[in-house]
Amino acid sequence: MKLFKNKILIEYFEDKLAAAGLIVFLILAIFAIAPSLFSYQNPYDLMQLYLENSFQAPNANFWLGTDEQGRDIFSAIMYGLRVSLYVGFASTILSVIIGFTLGLISGYYGGWIDTIIMRIADIQLSFPAILIALIIMALWGAGVGKIIIAITIVNWVYYARTARGVVLSEKEKDYAQSAKALGMSNFSIIFKEIMPNTTAPIIVIATVRIAVAIILEATLSFLGLGVPITEPSLGSLISNGYQVLFSGYWWTSVFPGIVLMILIISINLIGDRTRDIMNPRLKR
Amino acid sequence: MTKYILNRLFHSALVMFTISFIVFFIMFKAGDPVELMLPPDATQQDVVDMRAALGLDKSFIVQYQKFLVNVSKGNLGNSFIYGQPALDIVFERMPATMELAVIAMFISVLVGIPLGIISSIKPNSILSRIIMFFSLAGISVPVFWTGMILVLIFSVILGVLPSSGRGEVYLFTSAFTWDGIKHLIMPVATLAVFQLALILRLTRTGMMEVLMQDYIKLAAAKGVPRKVIVYYHALKNTLIPLITIIGIQFGQLVAFTIVTETIFAWPGTGKLIIDSIQNLDRPIVVAYLLVISFIFVAINFVVDVLYTFVDPRVRV
Repeated sequence: MKLFKNKILIEYFEDKLAAAGLIVFLILAIFAIAPSLFSYQNPYDLMQLYLENSFQAPNANFWLGTDEQGRDIFSAIMYGLRVSLYVGFASTILSVIIGFTLGLISGYYGGWIDTIIMRIADIQLSFPAILIALIIMALWGAGVGKIIIAITIVNWVYYARTARGVVLSEKEKDYAQSAKALGMSNFSIIFKEIMPNTTAPIIVIATVRIAVAIILEATLSFLGLGVPITEPSLGSLISNGYQVLFSGYWWTSVFPGIVLMILIISINLIGDRTRDIMNPRLKR
Repeated sequence: MTKYILNRLFHSALVMFTISFIVFFIMFKAGDPVELMLPPDATQQDVVDMRAALGLDKSFIVQYQKFLVNVSKGNLGNSFIYGQPALDIVFERMPATMELAVIAMFISVLVGIPLGIISSIKPNSILSRIIMFFSLAGISVPVFWTGMILVLIFSVILGVLPSSGRGEVYLFTSAFTWDGIKHLIMPVATLAVFQLALILRLTRTGMMEVLMQDYIKLAAAKGVPRKVIVYYHALKNTLIPLITIIGIQFGQLVAFTIVTETIFAWPGTGKLIIDSIQNLDRPIVVAYLLVISFIFVAINFVVDVLYTFVDPRVRV
Protein backbone atom coordinates (compact mmCIF):
# COMPACT_ATOMS: atom_id res chain seq x y z
CA MET A 1 0.00 0.00 0.00
CA LYS A 2 2.79 2.39 0.94
CA LEU A 3 4.70 1.57 -2.21
CA PHE A 4 1.58 2.18 -4.27
CA LYS A 5 1.04 5.62 -2.77
CA ASN A 6 4.64 6.61 -3.35
CA LYS A 7 4.37 5.53 -6.96
CA ILE A 8 1.40 7.84 -7.49
CA LEU A 9 3.27 10.67 -5.78
CA ILE A 10 6.36 10.14 -7.92
CA GLU A 11 4.22 10.05 -11.05
CA TYR A 12 2.49 13.22 -9.89
CA PHE A 13 5.74 15.12 -9.46
CA GLU A 14 6.95 14.17 -12.93
CA ASP A 15 4.92 17.10 -14.22
CA LYS A 16 6.79 20.20 -13.02
CA LEU A 17 3.84 22.57 -13.44
CA ALA A 18 1.55 20.29 -11.43
CA ALA A 19 4.24 19.98 -8.74
CA ALA A 20 4.47 23.78 -8.55
CA GLY A 21 0.69 23.94 -8.29
CA LEU A 22 0.64 21.57 -5.34
CA ILE A 23 3.37 23.47 -3.52
CA VAL A 24 1.68 26.85 -4.08
CA PHE A 25 -1.61 25.39 -2.90
CA LEU A 26 -0.01 24.02 0.28
CA ILE A 27 1.54 27.42 1.05
CA LEU A 28 -1.83 29.14 0.59
CA ALA A 29 -3.47 26.46 2.74
CA ILE A 30 -0.98 27.15 5.55
CA PHE A 31 -1.81 30.87 5.33
CA ALA A 32 -5.48 30.00 5.53
CA ILE A 33 -5.10 27.66 8.50
CA ALA A 34 -3.12 30.13 10.62
CA PRO A 35 -3.62 33.63 9.19
CA SER A 36 -2.72 35.31 12.47
CA LEU A 37 0.87 34.01 12.25
CA PHE A 38 1.47 35.84 9.00
CA SER A 39 -0.54 39.00 9.33
CA TYR A 40 0.35 42.32 10.78
CA GLN A 41 -3.08 42.92 12.31
CA ASN A 42 -6.36 41.13 12.81
CA PRO A 43 -8.25 43.00 10.10
CA TYR A 44 -11.63 42.48 11.76
CA ASP A 45 -10.69 43.69 15.21
CA LEU A 46 -11.82 47.31 14.95
CA MET A 47 -9.52 48.22 17.85
CA GLN A 48 -6.52 47.52 15.62
CA LEU A 49 -7.64 49.73 12.75
CA TYR A 50 -6.71 53.40 12.51
CA LEU A 51 -8.59 55.66 10.16
CA GLU A 52 -5.53 57.84 9.53
CA ASN A 53 -4.07 54.80 7.74
CA SER A 54 -6.93 54.67 5.22
CA PHE A 55 -6.23 54.20 1.51
CA GLN A 56 -2.46 53.98 1.76
CA ALA A 57 -0.77 52.77 -1.38
CA PRO A 58 1.49 49.73 -0.97
CA ASN A 59 4.50 50.77 1.15
CA ALA A 60 7.02 49.35 3.63
CA ASN A 61 4.51 49.17 6.49
CA PHE A 62 1.53 48.00 4.50
CA TRP A 63 2.97 45.78 1.76
CA LEU A 64 -0.22 45.66 -0.23
CA GLY A 65 -1.75 48.95 0.94
CA THR A 66 -4.86 49.60 3.05
CA ASP A 67 -8.58 50.06 2.46
CA GLU A 68 -10.94 52.87 3.53
CA GLN A 69 -10.94 51.74 7.16
CA GLY A 70 -7.16 51.51 7.35
CA ARG A 71 -7.33 47.74 7.08
CA ASP A 72 -4.08 46.12 5.94
CA ILE A 73 -4.87 44.37 2.64
CA PHE A 74 -2.17 41.74 3.17
CA SER A 75 -3.70 40.68 6.48
CA ALA A 76 -7.21 40.82 5.03
CA ILE A 77 -6.12 38.49 2.21
CA MET A 78 -4.77 35.94 4.72
CA TYR A 79 -8.10 35.91 6.54
CA GLY A 80 -10.05 36.03 3.27
CA LEU A 81 -8.22 32.96 2.01
CA ARG A 82 -9.41 31.12 5.06
CA VAL A 83 -13.08 31.91 4.37
CA SER A 84 -12.77 31.12 0.64
CA LEU A 85 -11.08 27.78 1.24
CA TYR A 86 -13.44 26.92 4.06
CA VAL A 87 -16.49 27.56 1.86
CA GLY A 88 -14.90 25.64 -1.04
CA PHE A 89 -13.99 22.59 1.00
CA ALA A 90 -17.02 22.47 3.27
CA SER A 91 -19.46 22.74 0.38
CA THR A 92 -17.55 20.16 -1.65
CA ILE A 93 -17.40 17.67 1.24
CA LEU A 94 -21.11 18.14 1.91
CA SER A 95 -21.99 17.76 -1.78
CA VAL A 96 -19.83 14.64 -2.07
CA ILE A 97 -21.48 13.02 0.96
CA ILE A 98 -25.01 13.84 -0.19
CA GLY A 99 -24.49 13.31 -3.91
CA PHE A 100 -22.43 10.16 -3.47
CA THR A 101 -24.96 8.53 -1.15
CA LEU A 102 -27.93 9.44 -3.33
CA GLY A 103 -26.08 8.30 -6.45
CA LEU A 104 -25.15 4.95 -4.89
CA ILE A 105 -28.69 4.32 -3.70
CA SER A 106 -30.18 5.50 -6.99
CA GLY A 107 -27.94 3.24 -9.07
CA TYR A 108 -28.15 0.21 -6.81
CA TYR A 109 -31.88 0.06 -6.19
CA GLY A 110 -33.14 1.51 -9.48
CA GLY A 111 -36.92 1.73 -9.77
CA TRP A 112 -38.87 4.71 -8.48
CA ILE A 113 -36.10 5.91 -6.11
CA ASP A 114 -33.81 6.15 -9.11
CA THR A 115 -36.48 7.92 -11.18
CA ILE A 116 -37.16 10.56 -8.53
CA ILE A 117 -33.51 11.31 -7.76
CA MET A 118 -32.48 11.46 -11.40
CA ARG A 119 -35.47 13.59 -12.44
CA ILE A 120 -34.51 16.14 -9.79
CA ALA A 121 -30.94 16.02 -11.09
CA ASP A 122 -32.12 16.47 -14.69
CA ILE A 123 -34.23 19.48 -13.85
CA GLN A 124 -31.37 21.03 -11.96
CA LEU A 125 -28.90 20.38 -14.76
CA SER A 126 -31.27 21.95 -17.29
CA PHE A 127 -30.62 25.22 -15.52
CA PRO A 128 -27.44 27.27 -15.03
CA ALA A 129 -25.95 26.62 -11.59
CA ILE A 130 -25.20 30.25 -10.88
CA LEU A 131 -28.87 31.18 -11.29
CA ILE A 132 -30.02 28.64 -8.72
CA ALA A 133 -27.43 29.76 -6.19
CA LEU A 134 -28.19 33.40 -6.93
CA ILE A 135 -31.90 33.04 -6.22
CA ILE A 136 -31.27 31.12 -3.01
CA MET A 137 -28.81 33.69 -1.73
CA ALA A 138 -30.82 36.72 -2.83
CA LEU A 139 -33.87 35.59 -0.92
CA TRP A 140 -32.09 34.03 2.01
CA GLY A 141 -29.53 36.72 2.71
CA ALA A 142 -25.75 36.62 2.86
CA GLY A 143 -23.79 34.38 5.23
CA VAL A 144 -21.02 31.78 5.30
CA GLY A 145 -23.26 28.90 6.39
CA LYS A 146 -25.95 29.84 3.89
CA ILE A 147 -23.58 29.99 0.95
CA ILE A 148 -22.16 26.57 1.83
CA ILE A 149 -25.68 25.15 1.70
CA ALA A 150 -26.50 27.01 -1.53
CA ILE A 151 -23.39 25.65 -3.26
CA THR A 152 -24.16 22.15 -1.94
CA ILE A 153 -27.67 22.32 -3.40
CA VAL A 154 -26.13 23.22 -6.75
CA ASN A 155 -23.25 20.73 -6.70
CA TRP A 156 -24.54 17.42 -5.30
CA VAL A 157 -25.95 16.55 -8.74
CA TYR A 158 -22.53 16.04 -10.33
CA TYR A 159 -21.44 13.49 -7.72
CA ALA A 160 -24.80 11.73 -7.74
CA ARG A 161 -24.66 11.24 -11.49
CA THR A 162 -21.08 9.97 -11.46
CA ALA A 163 -21.61 7.59 -8.54
CA ARG A 164 -24.80 6.25 -10.15
CA GLY A 165 -23.04 5.62 -13.44
CA VAL A 166 -20.26 3.63 -11.78
CA VAL A 167 -22.67 1.63 -9.60
CA LEU A 168 -24.77 0.66 -12.61
CA SER A 169 -21.77 -1.09 -14.17
CA GLU A 170 -20.25 -2.35 -10.90
CA LYS A 171 -23.33 -4.02 -9.44
CA GLU A 172 -23.46 -6.53 -12.31
CA LYS A 173 -19.86 -7.60 -11.77
CA ASP A 174 -19.00 -10.94 -10.17
CA TYR A 175 -17.79 -9.62 -6.84
CA ALA A 176 -21.01 -7.73 -6.17
CA GLN A 177 -23.16 -10.61 -7.33
CA SER A 178 -21.27 -13.11 -5.17
CA ALA A 179 -21.53 -10.79 -2.15
CA LYS A 180 -25.26 -10.86 -2.73
CA ALA A 181 -25.27 -14.64 -3.06
CA LEU A 182 -23.36 -14.88 0.23
CA GLY A 183 -26.25 -13.08 1.87
CA MET A 184 -24.64 -9.71 2.56
CA SER A 185 -27.10 -6.93 3.24
CA ASN A 186 -27.69 -4.31 0.55
CA PHE A 187 -26.18 -1.73 2.87
CA SER A 188 -22.90 -3.68 3.16
CA ILE A 189 -22.77 -4.38 -0.56
CA ILE A 190 -23.25 -0.70 -1.41
CA PHE A 191 -20.89 0.80 1.13
CA LYS A 192 -18.28 -1.95 1.65
CA GLU A 193 -18.03 -3.59 -1.75
CA ILE A 194 -19.07 -1.11 -4.41
CA MET A 195 -18.14 2.20 -2.83
CA PRO A 196 -14.34 1.72 -2.92
CA ASN A 197 -14.56 1.33 -6.71
CA THR A 198 -16.35 4.62 -7.20
CA THR A 199 -13.87 6.76 -5.29
CA ALA A 200 -11.39 7.42 -8.10
CA PRO A 201 -13.79 9.25 -10.44
CA ILE A 202 -15.35 11.08 -7.48
CA ILE A 203 -11.93 12.34 -6.29
CA VAL A 204 -11.15 13.64 -9.77
CA ILE A 205 -14.44 15.50 -10.02
CA ALA A 206 -14.22 16.79 -6.45
CA THR A 207 -10.82 18.40 -7.04
CA VAL A 208 -12.10 20.35 -10.00
CA ARG A 209 -15.40 21.19 -8.31
CA ILE A 210 -13.59 22.72 -5.29
CA ALA A 211 -12.25 25.34 -7.69
CA VAL A 212 -15.71 25.81 -9.19
CA ALA A 213 -17.22 26.16 -5.70
CA ILE A 214 -14.67 28.81 -4.71
CA ILE A 215 -15.32 30.74 -7.95
CA LEU A 216 -19.08 30.50 -7.40
CA GLU A 217 -18.73 31.83 -3.87
CA ALA A 218 -16.47 34.66 -5.04
CA THR A 219 -18.88 35.56 -7.84
CA LEU A 220 -21.89 35.67 -5.52
CA SER A 221 -19.89 37.70 -3.01
CA PHE A 222 -18.89 40.06 -5.81
CA LEU A 223 -22.58 40.57 -6.59
CA GLY A 224 -23.09 41.30 -2.89
CA LEU A 225 -25.04 38.07 -2.31
CA GLY A 226 -22.40 35.78 -0.84
CA VAL A 227 -20.34 36.34 2.26
CA PRO A 228 -20.89 39.60 4.19
CA ILE A 229 -18.02 42.07 4.44
CA THR A 230 -17.86 41.48 8.22
CA GLU A 231 -16.36 38.01 7.58
CA PRO A 232 -15.03 38.55 4.06
CA SER A 233 -13.82 35.98 1.59
CA LEU A 234 -11.49 36.93 -1.25
CA GLY A 235 -14.62 37.60 -3.33
CA SER A 236 -16.09 40.09 -0.88
CA LEU A 237 -12.69 41.82 -0.56
CA ILE A 238 -12.62 42.24 -4.34
CA SER A 239 -16.21 43.47 -4.34
CA ASN A 240 -15.40 45.98 -1.60
CA GLY A 241 -12.33 47.21 -3.47
CA TYR A 242 -14.16 47.40 -6.79
CA GLN A 243 -16.33 50.22 -5.47
CA VAL A 244 -13.27 52.47 -5.16
CA LEU A 245 -11.49 51.24 -8.30
CA PHE A 246 -12.47 54.36 -10.24
CA SER A 247 -11.00 56.54 -7.49
CA GLY A 248 -7.62 54.99 -8.24
CA TYR A 249 -7.34 52.77 -5.15
CA TRP A 250 -6.62 49.76 -7.34
CA TRP A 251 -4.69 47.79 -4.71
CA THR A 252 -7.79 47.11 -2.57
CA SER A 253 -9.29 44.90 -5.28
CA VAL A 254 -6.39 43.85 -7.52
CA PHE A 255 -4.31 42.05 -4.86
CA PRO A 256 -7.15 39.90 -3.45
CA GLY A 257 -8.03 39.10 -7.07
CA ILE A 258 -4.51 37.97 -7.90
CA VAL A 259 -4.43 35.70 -4.85
CA LEU A 260 -7.83 34.25 -5.80
CA MET A 261 -6.52 33.59 -9.31
CA ILE A 262 -3.36 31.89 -8.02
CA LEU A 263 -5.46 29.76 -5.67
CA ILE A 264 -7.80 28.59 -8.45
CA ILE A 265 -4.95 27.96 -10.90
CA SER A 266 -3.12 25.85 -8.31
CA ILE A 267 -6.22 23.77 -7.58
CA ASN A 268 -6.89 23.30 -11.30
CA LEU A 269 -3.28 22.19 -11.88
CA ILE A 270 -3.70 19.58 -9.15
CA GLY A 271 -7.06 18.53 -10.62
CA ASP A 272 -5.65 18.19 -14.14
CA ARG A 273 -2.78 16.04 -12.99
CA THR A 274 -4.95 13.82 -10.80
CA ARG A 275 -7.27 13.25 -13.75
CA ASP A 276 -4.40 12.36 -16.06
CA ILE A 277 -3.00 9.87 -13.56
CA MET A 278 -6.36 8.26 -12.85
CA ASN A 279 -7.65 8.17 -16.42
CA PRO A 280 -6.16 5.10 -18.08
CA ARG A 281 -7.59 6.16 -21.46
CA LEU A 282 -4.92 8.85 -21.76
CA LYS A 283 -2.06 6.51 -20.84
CA ARG A 284 0.38 5.86 -23.64
CA MET B 1 -38.91 10.05 -34.60
CA THR B 2 -42.33 11.66 -34.01
CA LYS B 3 -42.72 9.64 -30.83
CA TYR B 4 -39.29 10.76 -29.69
CA ILE B 5 -40.08 14.42 -30.35
CA LEU B 6 -43.42 14.20 -28.56
CA ASN B 7 -41.74 12.51 -25.64
CA ARG B 8 -39.13 15.23 -25.49
CA LEU B 9 -41.72 17.99 -25.72
CA PHE B 10 -43.66 16.43 -22.85
CA HIS B 11 -40.52 16.14 -20.77
CA SER B 12 -39.54 19.76 -21.53
CA ALA B 13 -42.99 21.01 -20.59
CA LEU B 14 -42.70 19.08 -17.32
CA VAL B 15 -39.33 20.69 -16.57
CA MET B 16 -40.68 24.17 -17.21
CA PHE B 17 -43.80 23.49 -15.16
CA THR B 18 -41.67 22.33 -12.23
CA ILE B 19 -39.42 25.36 -12.50
CA SER B 20 -42.39 27.72 -12.56
CA PHE B 21 -43.86 26.03 -9.49
CA ILE B 22 -40.63 26.11 -7.47
CA VAL B 23 -39.79 29.70 -8.36
CA PHE B 24 -43.35 30.84 -7.75
CA PHE B 25 -43.32 29.12 -4.36
CA ILE B 26 -39.94 30.56 -3.33
CA MET B 27 -40.97 34.05 -4.38
CA PHE B 28 -44.32 33.64 -2.60
CA LYS B 29 -42.51 32.70 0.60
CA ALA B 30 -40.08 35.60 0.19
CA GLY B 31 -42.90 38.12 0.38
CA ASP B 32 -44.14 40.97 -1.78
CA PRO B 33 -42.87 44.46 -2.54
CA VAL B 34 -46.09 46.28 -1.58
CA GLU B 35 -44.52 48.11 1.34
CA LEU B 36 -41.55 49.11 -0.79
CA MET B 37 -43.84 50.43 -3.52
CA LEU B 38 -45.99 52.66 -1.34
CA PRO B 39 -44.79 56.02 -0.02
CA PRO B 40 -43.42 55.90 3.55
CA ASP B 41 -46.50 57.69 4.96
CA ALA B 42 -48.95 55.09 3.60
CA THR B 43 -51.44 53.73 6.12
CA GLN B 44 -51.97 50.09 6.97
CA GLN B 45 -55.24 50.30 4.99
CA ASP B 46 -53.32 51.40 1.87
CA VAL B 47 -51.08 48.34 2.19
CA VAL B 48 -54.07 46.03 2.54
CA ASP B 49 -55.84 47.69 -0.41
CA MET B 50 -52.83 47.41 -2.67
CA ARG B 51 -52.29 43.75 -1.79
CA ALA B 52 -55.93 43.08 -2.64
CA ALA B 53 -55.62 45.03 -5.91
CA LEU B 54 -52.61 42.92 -6.97
CA GLY B 55 -54.28 39.72 -5.77
CA LEU B 56 -51.49 39.15 -3.26
CA ASP B 57 -53.86 38.64 -0.34
CA LYS B 58 -54.98 35.27 -1.71
CA SER B 59 -53.54 31.92 -0.67
CA PHE B 60 -50.66 30.33 -2.55
CA ILE B 61 -52.90 27.78 -4.26
CA VAL B 62 -55.28 30.44 -5.56
CA GLN B 63 -52.46 32.67 -6.78
CA TYR B 64 -50.67 29.83 -8.53
CA GLN B 65 -53.90 28.63 -10.11
CA LYS B 66 -54.53 32.12 -11.46
CA PHE B 67 -50.98 32.18 -12.78
CA LEU B 68 -51.48 28.88 -14.62
CA VAL B 69 -54.77 30.08 -16.14
CA ASN B 70 -53.01 33.22 -17.37
CA VAL B 71 -50.09 31.21 -18.73
CA SER B 72 -52.48 29.16 -20.84
CA LYS B 73 -53.51 32.47 -22.41
CA GLY B 74 -49.87 33.39 -23.01
CA ASN B 75 -49.78 35.94 -20.21
CA LEU B 76 -47.19 35.70 -17.44
CA GLY B 77 -48.68 38.50 -15.38
CA ASN B 78 -47.82 42.16 -14.92
CA SER B 79 -44.69 43.32 -13.16
CA PHE B 80 -45.52 44.62 -9.67
CA ILE B 81 -43.03 47.45 -10.03
CA TYR B 82 -43.39 48.52 -13.66
CA GLY B 83 -47.05 47.57 -14.11
CA GLN B 84 -46.39 46.26 -17.65
CA PRO B 85 -46.58 42.63 -18.79
CA ALA B 86 -43.54 40.85 -17.36
CA LEU B 87 -42.85 38.92 -20.54
CA ASP B 88 -42.72 42.15 -22.60
CA ILE B 89 -40.17 43.64 -20.21
CA VAL B 90 -38.00 40.51 -20.41
CA PHE B 91 -38.21 40.38 -24.22
CA GLU B 92 -37.46 44.07 -24.49
CA ARG B 93 -34.17 43.50 -22.65
CA MET B 94 -33.34 40.20 -24.33
CA PRO B 95 -31.58 41.49 -27.49
CA ALA B 96 -28.93 43.25 -25.39
CA THR B 97 -28.20 40.02 -23.49
CA MET B 98 -28.30 37.77 -26.55
CA GLU B 99 -25.97 40.08 -28.40
CA LEU B 100 -23.32 39.61 -25.68
CA ALA B 101 -23.82 35.85 -25.44
CA VAL B 102 -23.92 35.15 -29.19
CA ILE B 103 -20.87 37.24 -30.06
CA ALA B 104 -18.90 35.81 -27.14
CA MET B 105 -19.80 32.24 -28.13
CA PHE B 106 -18.95 32.91 -31.77
CA ILE B 107 -15.49 34.18 -30.87
CA SER B 108 -14.89 31.33 -28.39
CA VAL B 109 -15.70 28.66 -30.97
CA LEU B 110 -13.79 30.40 -33.76
CA VAL B 111 -10.61 30.76 -31.71
CA GLY B 112 -10.96 27.90 -29.21
CA ILE B 113 -11.36 24.97 -31.59
CA PRO B 114 -8.33 25.76 -33.83
CA LEU B 115 -6.10 26.38 -30.80
CA GLY B 116 -7.36 23.15 -29.25
CA ILE B 117 -6.45 21.24 -32.42
CA ILE B 118 -2.99 22.80 -32.58
CA SER B 119 -2.24 21.88 -28.97
CA SER B 120 -3.47 18.32 -29.45
CA ILE B 121 -1.30 17.47 -32.47
CA LYS B 122 2.01 18.00 -30.68
CA PRO B 123 0.99 18.03 -26.99
CA ASN B 124 4.54 18.36 -25.71
CA SER B 125 5.75 21.18 -27.94
CA ILE B 126 6.49 24.58 -26.44
CA LEU B 127 3.61 26.21 -28.31
CA SER B 128 1.15 23.63 -26.94
CA ARG B 129 2.42 24.14 -23.44
CA ILE B 130 2.02 27.91 -23.70
CA ILE B 131 -1.49 27.51 -25.09
CA MET B 132 -2.38 25.07 -22.32
CA PHE B 133 -1.05 27.29 -19.58
CA PHE B 134 -3.05 30.26 -20.80
CA SER B 135 -6.16 28.13 -21.19
CA LEU B 136 -5.71 26.93 -17.62
CA ALA B 137 -5.48 30.55 -16.51
CA GLY B 138 -8.57 31.24 -18.63
CA ILE B 139 -10.74 28.67 -16.88
CA SER B 140 -9.32 29.71 -13.49
CA VAL B 141 -10.21 33.37 -13.74
CA PRO B 142 -13.62 34.29 -12.37
CA VAL B 143 -15.68 36.21 -14.93
CA PHE B 144 -16.05 39.24 -12.70
CA TRP B 145 -12.31 39.44 -12.21
CA THR B 146 -11.61 39.49 -15.96
CA GLY B 147 -14.16 42.28 -16.33
CA MET B 148 -12.68 44.27 -13.49
CA ILE B 149 -9.11 44.05 -14.79
CA LEU B 150 -10.24 45.09 -18.27
CA VAL B 151 -12.02 48.11 -16.79
CA LEU B 152 -8.94 48.98 -14.76
CA ILE B 153 -6.60 48.79 -17.76
CA PHE B 154 -8.72 50.15 -20.61
CA SER B 155 -11.01 52.59 -18.81
CA VAL B 156 -9.25 53.78 -15.67
CA ILE B 157 -5.60 53.74 -16.79
CA LEU B 158 -5.68 54.09 -20.59
CA GLY B 159 -9.12 55.67 -20.89
CA VAL B 160 -9.68 54.22 -24.38
CA LEU B 161 -12.82 52.13 -23.83
CA PRO B 162 -16.10 53.10 -22.15
CA SER B 163 -16.80 51.17 -18.94
CA SER B 164 -20.58 51.24 -18.95
CA GLY B 165 -23.67 51.18 -21.12
CA ARG B 166 -24.43 49.88 -24.56
CA GLY B 167 -23.47 52.86 -26.71
CA GLU B 168 -25.21 53.71 -29.92
CA VAL B 169 -27.67 51.02 -30.97
CA TYR B 170 -28.59 50.52 -34.62
CA LEU B 171 -31.50 48.21 -35.43
CA PHE B 172 -31.32 45.70 -32.56
CA THR B 173 -27.61 45.58 -31.82
CA SER B 174 -24.69 47.83 -31.04
CA ALA B 175 -22.42 45.76 -33.30
CA PHE B 176 -23.24 47.97 -36.32
CA THR B 177 -21.94 51.29 -35.00
CA TRP B 178 -18.39 52.21 -34.08
CA ASP B 179 -19.54 53.60 -30.74
CA GLY B 180 -21.48 50.41 -30.07
CA ILE B 181 -18.49 48.22 -30.92
CA LYS B 182 -16.35 50.16 -28.48
CA HIS B 183 -18.92 49.44 -25.78
CA LEU B 184 -19.10 45.78 -26.78
CA ILE B 185 -15.39 44.92 -26.67
CA MET B 186 -14.91 44.59 -22.92
CA PRO B 187 -18.19 42.84 -21.95
CA VAL B 188 -17.76 40.35 -24.81
CA ALA B 189 -14.11 39.71 -23.93
CA THR B 190 -15.09 39.19 -20.29
CA LEU B 191 -17.62 36.54 -21.25
CA ALA B 192 -15.48 34.93 -23.95
CA VAL B 193 -12.26 34.31 -21.99
CA PHE B 194 -13.67 31.48 -19.90
CA GLN B 195 -15.68 29.89 -22.73
CA LEU B 196 -12.77 30.08 -25.14
CA ALA B 197 -10.44 28.38 -22.68
CA LEU B 198 -13.02 25.70 -21.91
CA ILE B 199 -13.77 24.91 -25.56
CA LEU B 200 -10.04 24.86 -26.31
CA ARG B 201 -9.38 22.33 -23.55
CA LEU B 202 -12.32 20.12 -24.47
CA THR B 203 -11.28 20.11 -28.13
CA ARG B 204 -7.77 19.13 -27.12
CA THR B 205 -8.84 16.31 -24.79
CA GLY B 206 -11.28 15.00 -27.38
CA MET B 207 -8.71 15.11 -30.19
CA MET B 208 -6.08 13.38 -28.07
CA GLU B 209 -8.46 10.56 -27.17
CA VAL B 210 -9.57 10.12 -30.76
CA LEU B 211 -6.02 10.24 -32.13
CA MET B 212 -5.16 7.24 -29.95
CA GLN B 213 -7.93 5.05 -31.38
CA ASP B 214 -7.14 2.06 -33.54
CA TYR B 215 -8.85 3.34 -36.67
CA ILE B 216 -6.57 6.38 -36.66
CA LYS B 217 -3.55 4.09 -36.39
CA LEU B 218 -4.95 2.00 -39.19
CA ALA B 219 -5.41 5.07 -41.38
CA ALA B 220 -1.83 6.11 -40.64
CA ALA B 221 -0.57 2.60 -41.46
CA LYS B 222 -2.46 2.68 -44.74
CA GLY B 223 -0.51 5.83 -45.62
CA VAL B 224 -3.29 8.40 -45.27
CA PRO B 225 -1.57 11.80 -44.98
CA ARG B 226 -1.33 13.13 -41.42
CA LYS B 227 -3.25 16.30 -42.35
CA VAL B 228 -6.21 14.28 -43.64
CA ILE B 229 -6.19 12.13 -40.51
CA VAL B 230 -6.17 15.11 -38.17
CA TYR B 231 -8.50 17.49 -39.95
CA TYR B 232 -10.89 14.98 -41.43
CA HIS B 233 -11.09 11.72 -39.48
CA ALA B 234 -10.15 12.86 -35.99
CA LEU B 235 -11.78 16.28 -36.04
CA LYS B 236 -15.09 14.89 -37.26
CA ASN B 237 -15.29 12.51 -34.34
CA THR B 238 -14.22 15.15 -31.84
CA LEU B 239 -16.79 17.69 -32.98
CA ILE B 240 -19.76 15.47 -32.13
CA PRO B 241 -19.49 15.56 -28.33
CA LEU B 242 -18.32 19.15 -28.64
CA ILE B 243 -21.65 20.22 -30.13
CA THR B 244 -23.45 19.09 -26.98
CA ILE B 245 -21.07 20.98 -24.77
CA ILE B 246 -21.29 24.15 -26.83
CA GLY B 247 -25.07 23.90 -26.51
CA ILE B 248 -24.94 23.57 -22.74
CA GLN B 249 -22.30 26.27 -22.45
CA PHE B 250 -24.44 28.73 -24.36
CA GLY B 251 -26.97 28.48 -21.54
CA GLN B 252 -24.22 29.07 -19.00
CA LEU B 253 -23.08 32.05 -21.01
CA VAL B 254 -26.55 33.59 -20.86
CA ALA B 255 -26.53 33.06 -17.09
CA PHE B 256 -23.11 34.65 -16.74
CA THR B 257 -24.32 37.78 -18.50
CA ILE B 258 -25.74 38.58 -15.05
CA VAL B 259 -22.22 39.20 -13.81
CA THR B 260 -21.01 40.95 -16.96
CA GLU B 261 -24.05 43.19 -17.14
CA THR B 262 -23.61 44.17 -13.49
CA ILE B 263 -20.00 45.19 -14.07
CA PHE B 264 -20.59 47.09 -17.31
CA ALA B 265 -24.06 48.46 -16.45
CA TRP B 266 -25.28 46.72 -19.62
CA PRO B 267 -29.04 47.21 -20.03
CA GLY B 268 -29.92 43.52 -20.55
CA THR B 269 -31.84 40.88 -18.69
CA GLY B 270 -29.04 40.10 -16.21
CA LYS B 271 -29.31 43.52 -14.62
CA LEU B 272 -33.10 43.20 -14.71
CA ILE B 273 -33.16 39.88 -12.85
CA ILE B 274 -30.83 41.04 -10.07
CA ASP B 275 -32.97 44.14 -9.51
CA SER B 276 -36.20 42.14 -9.71
CA ILE B 277 -35.08 39.52 -7.21
CA GLN B 278 -34.12 42.23 -4.79
CA ASN B 279 -37.41 44.08 -5.37
CA LEU B 280 -39.36 40.80 -4.97
CA ASP B 281 -40.96 41.47 -8.37
CA ARG B 282 -42.25 37.93 -8.78
CA PRO B 283 -43.78 38.10 -12.28
CA ILE B 284 -40.50 39.28 -13.79
CA VAL B 285 -38.42 36.69 -11.94
CA VAL B 286 -40.76 33.89 -13.03
CA ALA B 287 -40.94 35.18 -16.62
CA TYR B 288 -37.17 35.55 -16.88
CA LEU B 289 -36.46 32.08 -15.52
CA LEU B 290 -39.07 30.51 -17.78
CA VAL B 291 -37.60 32.25 -20.82
CA ILE B 292 -34.09 31.12 -19.85
CA SER B 293 -35.17 27.54 -19.25
CA PHE B 294 -37.07 27.60 -22.53
CA ILE B 295 -33.86 28.65 -24.30
CA PHE B 296 -32.00 25.87 -22.48
CA VAL B 297 -34.57 23.25 -23.36
CA ALA B 298 -34.75 24.41 -26.97
CA ILE B 299 -30.97 24.32 -27.37
CA ASN B 300 -30.74 20.83 -25.91
CA PHE B 301 -33.48 19.71 -28.24
CA VAL B 302 -31.81 21.16 -31.33
CA VAL B 303 -28.48 19.64 -30.24
CA ASP B 304 -30.02 16.19 -29.87
CA VAL B 305 -31.63 16.39 -33.30
CA LEU B 306 -28.37 17.67 -34.84
CA TYR B 307 -26.66 14.68 -33.29
CA THR B 308 -28.68 12.24 -35.32
CA PHE B 309 -27.56 13.98 -38.48
CA VAL B 310 -23.88 14.20 -37.59
CA ASP B 311 -23.54 10.76 -36.05
CA PRO B 312 -25.29 7.98 -37.95
CA ARG B 313 -24.81 5.63 -34.97
CA VAL B 314 -27.33 7.62 -32.94
CA ARG B 315 -30.86 6.55 -33.75
CA VAL B 316 -33.75 8.07 -31.94
